[in-house]
Amino acid sequence: MMADRNDSDVGSRLPLVRKLVLSSLGVLLLATSGVSFYRHRHLEETVVLSPGVTEVKRLSDYFDGVRGTINDCNLYFLEGQEPGATMLVMGGTHPEEPGGRLAAWLFAENAVMEQGRLIVVLSANRSATTVTRLGGAYPTDFVIPTDWGEQAFRMGDRWSNPLDQWPDPEVYIHDPSGQNLAYVDIRNLNRAWPGRPNGTLTERTTYALMELIRRERVDIVIDLHEAELQYPVISTIVAHDRGEELAAFVSMMLSDEEFNIGMEYSPKNLHGLSHREVGDYSDAVPLEFEAPEPFLDATRGRTTREQLLTGQDEFVMKAGEHGLLFERIDEHGWPIDVRVGRHTSAVLQTMESWTILNPDRPLSCRGVPRYAEVIEQGLGHWLHDPSQAPPGRVVIE
Amino acid sequence: MVFLQMLITVIYYCLIAYVAVILIWNLVKTRQWQHEVLYAIVLLPFVLRLLRLK
Repeated sequence: MMADRNDSDVGSRLPLVRKLVLSSLGVLLLATSGVSFYRHRHLEETVVLSPGVTEVKRLSDYFDGVRGTINDCNLYFLEGQEPGATMLVMGGTHPEEPGGRLAAWLFAENAVMEQGRLIVVLSANRSATTVTRLGGAYPTDFVIPTDWGEQAFRMGDRWSNPLDQWPDPEVYIHDPSGQNLAYVDIRNLNRAWPGRPNGTLTERTTYALMELIRRERVDIVIDLHEAELQYPVISTIVAHDRGEELAAFVSMMLSDEEFNIGMEYSPKNLHGLSHREVGDYSDAVPLEFEAPEPFLDATRGRTTREQLLTGQDEFVMKAGEHGLLFERIDEHGWPIDVRVGRHTSAVLQTMESWTILNPDRPLSCRGVPRYAEVIEQGLGHWLHDPSQAPPGRVVIE
Repeated sequence: MVFLQMLITVIYYCLIAYVAVILIWNLVKTRQWQHEVLYAIVLLPFVLRLLRLK
């Protein structure tokens, strides 16, 4: 009788033990994935302020509708020693295009304005820096080797994080044009200009940026991007009607002295993009710079950190052999130093060309490396050690 | 539009919580190990969403 009762006890305990084991495994999986997602969303990126940064503001200083949200990004103001024009450089409109963010980073950490004023944004859509493309198996972060170690950055997405803005509509109707756009682009910062004060988070963000542009009387807005090689708008400057002369001048100078870059007109009937709406709804001249990023190509191979930073991909090369690309690629790929160098040179050249065209409102900047210098020394050479920075000169992005 | 988004989001999270509770209840009640494995795995995205991690 005793033996039977013991057998029965063991039998009744088995399902309980099994449930506990399975639940523990579930909790383990939950913790592993949860920690990874949490770290991605909360990875702190450091910015060691350049001696030229005179003030750091927040986007909510210009529009209260983004205060307390994830998109209340930092604004770095670099006041020149002499008066001149005001330029806004934006990185992070599409955080899956890290070349644009990193180029803006080099300005925030190194630029000193001699004439005019520079405003730098590193995370125009900060929400989109906290997520990668769903189902895309993207790396959540990447590191840049520097002279003092490695600096980590969040890898992002083209769209705001659904945790911050959801659900999407069946069709995105752009305001105020009424143009129908792809549903997901309601979370695309570069389809949400000029924004609405009572709109979605992405629309409120562009509205706040428009308020910054209008209230600070910005003369030139530069939006830094990267593009897949299978996309025709690549290695180019897209210019609003009022910026055509400036863009053509910059394109000509860069193509003659540093690297080939084209120039295209902003379509008048394609709405929501910075190069169209910023020009239509403010006095600023908007330009969009595009550098090549093979990581974004649909025909790429493995979606790894290495591919992101080297831009080397045999499958994209194969597409090139079949004439399917709008930009050349070889076994050297498109390293991040090359992409960032293109952007820093393009911004610096824009300042120079603007000054020639508008001598009464000059812009000049020192301390930021051009294309050849970034390639020669690596962009990490211009990222500074936060542990060695003077007190109060490190900002978390 | 924004009010509707907020409303749908609140309803959505309530549904997620409801389904998560049902899954946990079924995990406790079932006597088949295959179902236990199934419930333990299916529960993961619901909890991650409730915690606003993904």
